[in-house]
Parts: sequence; structure tokens; C-alpha cells
Amino acid sequence: MASSIRVRAIASGDTTEVQALIQHPMDSGFVKDEQGRLIPPHFIQQLHVEHDGKDVFVASWGPAVAKDPYVKFSFKGGSKGDELRVSWIDNQGATDQLAAKIQ
Amino acid sequence: MSIDHPGLAPTRRLVLQGIVTVMLIGLGNGPWRQALAAANDPYPEDAFRQKSEADAIRALYGRTAAPSDQVKLDAPEIAENGAVVPIAVSATLADVTSIALLVSGNPNALAASYRIPAGTLPSVANRLKMQQTCNVTAIVEAGGQLYSATKEVKVTVGGCGG
Repeated sequence: MASSIRVRAIASGDTTEVQALIQHPMDSGFVKDEQGRLIPPHFIQQLHVEHDGKDVFVASWGPAVAKDPYVKFSFKGGSKGDELRVSWIDNQGATDQLAAKIQ
Repeated sequence: MSIDHPGLAPTRRLVLQGIVTVMLIGLGNGPWRQALAAANDPYPEDAFRQKSEADAIRALYGRTAAPSDQVKLDAPEIAENGAVVPIAVSATLADVTSIALLVSGNPNALAASYRIPAGTLPSVANRLKMQQTCNVTAIVEAGGQLYSATKEVKVTVGGCGG
């Protein structure tokens, strides 16, 4: 199965800009399905981005983050070819991770 | 090259230590490291459960925030689709350690909380859901103090469903 995570990280000077897009329903628990039953909450709780063995970004999310979450941030110290490790865990215990190279 | 050669023994030890260190660093990228990271960043369950903005801020930080023009909140005037509202926060403050986003009109106000480790710029963009027209607040924690910026976003079609 293809990874749920897509990452684009571009180094320019001493700053690396990271954009991550994750496929996830991010069900809030407030929405009903066609039969009028509540769809149970199902959302990513934490996203970690690691560079060189250290976290450079940690997101804690509630169900108010939009479906297929997108996030953008920048950090200092990355360079072209370095590896970034992106991982997430959701409220039902599911996880996924991806290693991406800085471009 | 004999094992008990006095000139070579320290070098051998150094090389072996080096190999062990590299192996340990390699281990650091595995699932074990993930478990450690999770332990360092407990999920703020209680803050996400709070209904009002003030209660969520109190649960997350244990104190209140003061408005500051050094926090820049970039959100649309009108969001046609409340299910996907692009929101960005940046700050011109030093020593920023975390950024949080709250949507006052949602069932639970806290939407996202970001830890900003040293070396990461105090700027984050994401997309949130909004149930109705209401205030969006960004909280920036810098040097142990809380700074905030608030903006009203008009929502044409709510994104919390139901």
C-alpha cells in the first residue's frame, strides 16, 4: 500500500521548508452518515517530524483539523540529501511513517 | 598484528567503540525512538476535551494569554467551506516553544497545538474545520509567556456537519 504521507522538504540556505500532506479521514465524531448514525471520531492525534535523530516539529491535533491534513513549517540545520522521518498516530492506535530526503 | 600488541590495542578499542556508537545511533531511528518521542510529548487529551477557548488555554498552559502584535494570524475574512479553512500563524518573538490554534465556535475550541523545538522557525500553516462564523485565536508561547492574536472568520457553510 502506498504511504498515507507525502512530504516535500526543500533546503534553501540554512533553512528547510517542510510541507506534509497526509491521507486521513479526520472524522470529528459529530458528523452523521446517510443512515443518521454518528460516525465515530477517527483522527490523527500526533505527528512527529525528525531530522538527525531529533524532533524538529511535533503536532498535537484534535478532530477540528481538516480531512487529509496539511501542514507547513521550516527549520534551520537541514541540508540537501538529509533524511526526514515523518510519523503519525491516530486515536484508534493506527500509525504510519515515511522517510523522505530533503531536496 | 597480534591482539596484545601494545601500540594497536587502544586503536582497536576506539574502532570498536565507534562501531557500537554508530549501531546505537542507527537504533535511535527505529520504533524504539518513536516510543521515546511519544513519551516526551504526551497528547494533551484534557485540553482538547474543553469546550470553551478559555478553558482549553487554561488546560493546555495553566495561564492566560495577552494579545500581541508580534503574533501574526493569517486567516481568510470569509471561508466559503468551513470544512477546509487555511490558517497560518507566525511570530516575531524570540524563544518560541509552542503555537496553538483555537476555534471558539467549534464543539471543542482547541484545534491544534504545535511544539516548536529550538531551531524550528515560529511559523506554521495548516487547515482547520470551522462549524460557524467565529473567532480564531492563535496562542504563541515564547520565553514562558503567552501571546495571542485573534481574527473573526465568517463561515458560509459550516464544516462540523450534523
